[in-house]
Amino acid sequence: MLTFLGRRIATIVPTLLFVSMLVFGLQQLLPGDPAMVLAGEERDPTVIAHLRAKLHLDEPLPVRYLYWLGGVLQGDLGESLRMQKPVTALIAEKLPVTIQLATMAIVVALAIGIPAGVLSAVAKGSVWDYAANAIALWGLSTPNFWLGIMLILLFSVSLGWLPASGYVSPFVDLKANLASMVMPAFVLGNAIAAVLMRHTRSAMLQVLSSDYVRTARAKGLDERVVVTKHALRNALVPIITLGALEFGTLLSGAVLTEQVFTIPGFGKLIIDAVFNRDYAVVQGVVLFTATAYIVLNLLADVAYVLVNPRMRG
Amino acid sequence: MATIAADVLPRDASPGRRAVRRLARRGSAVFGLVVVVAFVVVAVGAPWIAPYDPVATSWSAIRKAPSAAHWFGTDELGRDVLSRVVYGARASLLAGVVSVLISLALGVPIGLAAGYIGRWTDGLISRITDAMLATPFLILAIALAAFLGPSLTNAMIAIGISATPIFIRLTRAQVLAVKVEDFVEAARAVGNPHWRIALRHVLPNVVPPLIVQATLAIAAAVIAEASLSFLGLGQQPPAPSWGSMLNTAKNYLEQAPWMATWPGLSIFLLVLSFNLLGDGLRDALDPRHA
Repeated sequence: MLTFLGRRIATIVPTLLFVSMLVFGLQQLLPGDPAMVLAGEERDPTVIAHLRAKLHLDEPLPVRYLYWLGGVLQGDLGESLRMQKPVTALIAEKLPVTIQLATMAIVVALAIGIPAGVLSAVAKGSVWDYAANAIALWGLSTPNFWLGIMLILLFSVSLGWLPASGYVSPFVDLKANLASMVMPAFVLGNAIAAVLMRHTRSAMLQVLSSDYVRTARAKGLDERVVVTKHALRNALVPIITLGALEFGTLLSGAVLTEQVFTIPGFGKLIIDAVFNRDYAVVQGVVLFTATAYIVLNLLADVAYVLVNPRMRG
Repeated sequence: MATIAADVLPRDASPGRRAVRRLARRGSAVFGLVVVVAFVVVAVGAPWIAPYDPVATSWSAIRKAPSAAHWFGTDELGRDVLSRVVYGARASLLAGVVSVLISLALGVPIGLAAGYIGRWTDGLISRITDAMLATPFLILAIALAAFLGPSLTNAMIAIGISATPIFIRLTRAQVLAVKVEDFVEAARAVGNPHWRIALRHVLPNVVPPLIVQATLAIAAAVIAEASLSFLGLGQQPPAPSWGSMLNTAKNYLEQAPWMATWPGLSIFLLVLSFNLLGDGLRDALDPRHA
C-alpha cells in the first residue's frame, strides 16, 4: 500500500509542474507589457514600478517562472489588484460557499444517478431502462444555466416558492440558506446524475452477468439482496473512480450555476476577476482548481485500492 | 461457405456503406442528423429565413409577448427574438465546428507523434496532456478567453485548445493498438519510410473513433460556446448568440419570460441532436459496441 501511494504521488509531481507552467504561461498571452496591463486602467507609475520589481520582469522568462513557482510553493498566489487582498485569502473566503453547493449537488447526483442506473440495469430493455436513458440524455444535453433560468421562472417567478437569488450564510439562517441553495444544487447535480447513471448502468450490467451473482441467485437469495449486497457493492468500485473524474464538470458547472443564482462563491470569484482584469486571481483560481482536481483523483485511486483488496498487493 | 458469405455480405458492402446502413436503421441517430441538417440550413439561410434584421431595435416594440408579427416575441430593445435565434444558430454551429476542427488539427498530429514515436516524446506529451486534462474544461476556456480577450473567435480558440487533450489521448491510444498489427509490420518490412507508415497505414485506422469523438465534441463545444457567451466571454453584443441572449433574458424573467425560452430550447435541441448522432455513429462504426 505504501509503495503504491509513493508511486502514485510521484506521478502527480510532473503533472502539477506542467499545470504550474501552463498557468504561468497564461500571463504570456497578454498583449504588451504585463506590468502595464496588470496595473489596470489607472496606469499608476508607482504601481507599474512595483509590479515590474515584484514580477521580476527584467529577468528572462525561466527565471521569472522560478520566482513565481517559489512564491506559489510558499502559498503566495499573488495579490488581487482590485480587492487589495492576497489571492489565497480570497480563495479561502469564497471556497466554503462553493463546497456547500458542490456537496449538495453530489448528494442530488448520487440520489438520482445510482438508483436510476441500478433500475435500468436490473430491468434492462424495459420501459424503465428506456426512460432512465432518455432522462440521462436529456440531462447531458441541457445547458445547466438554462435549466437554472427555467427553474427560477417556475419556482420563483410563477409559484413564488423559492428565492431566485440572494445567498444567505448557513451560520446566519440555516433555513434561508437551504432555500437559496436547493435550486442551484439540483441544477448542478442534474448533469452529473446523468453521467453517474450511465456509469452505474454499465458497471451493474457487467457485475450482474458475473459468476458470483449467478451463484448468489442459485443459492436462492432474495433478488433484492443479490442486487444491493452482491452486485451494487462491487459495481460501486468503478463508479467511485469514474465519478471522481466528474469533479471537473462539477467545478465548471459551479461557475455557471453561481452566475445564474448570484451565489458569491468560487465561480463568481473567477468571473468577476475576468471582468475586472484581475489576472492574478484568475491564475490563482485555475491553479488551485487543477491542483484540487489532481489531489481528488489521487484520493479516488487510493479509495479504489482500499475497497478492492486484490489491488493492495 | 462461399454462398453463405455471399448471402450475409452483399458484394458492394464496403465498410463505409455498411456503417451508413447501420446508422440509417437507428431512428434516434436519423432524428439527430435531420435536426442538425435543419439547423445548418437555418444558419446558412438566415438572411432569407429571419423575418427581421436581428440587430434592428424598435422602441415601439419593447418586450412584446409572442404574436403574429413576432412569433417568439421581442427583447428589451425591441429586437425580434425569432430573428435573433435564427442568426444565433450561426454563432453556435460555427463555434461547434471550428473549435472541434482546431482540436483535431492540434490533437491528431500530436497524438500520432506520441503514439508512433513513443519513448520520451510520448512521455512529455502525455504529461502535458495530463496537466491540461487536470484543468476543468470550462475553467481553462474561461482563463484562455480572459487572457486572450472576449470575442467569438477567441472563445472558439479557447474551446478548441481546451478540447485538444481528449483527441491527443484518443489518437495516441488508437495508434498504440494499431502499430503492433501485422499489416503495419509488413509495411515496415517492405521498406516504407516512417512518415508514410504513420500517414498511410496507421492514420486511416484511427479515423472512425475520431469521427465519433468529434461529433460528441461538437455537442460539448456548442454548450461551451453558449456558456462562455452567457458569461459574457463569447460573441459580443449586439451580434446574436444563444448564450448571450440567455444572459440578457435572465434580467427580465418576470416581464419577458419568452426571451429565455427559445434560445435555451435551441441549444438543447442542437446539443441533443449531436449527442444522438454521435451515439448512433459509435454503434454504426464500431460493430463491437452495437
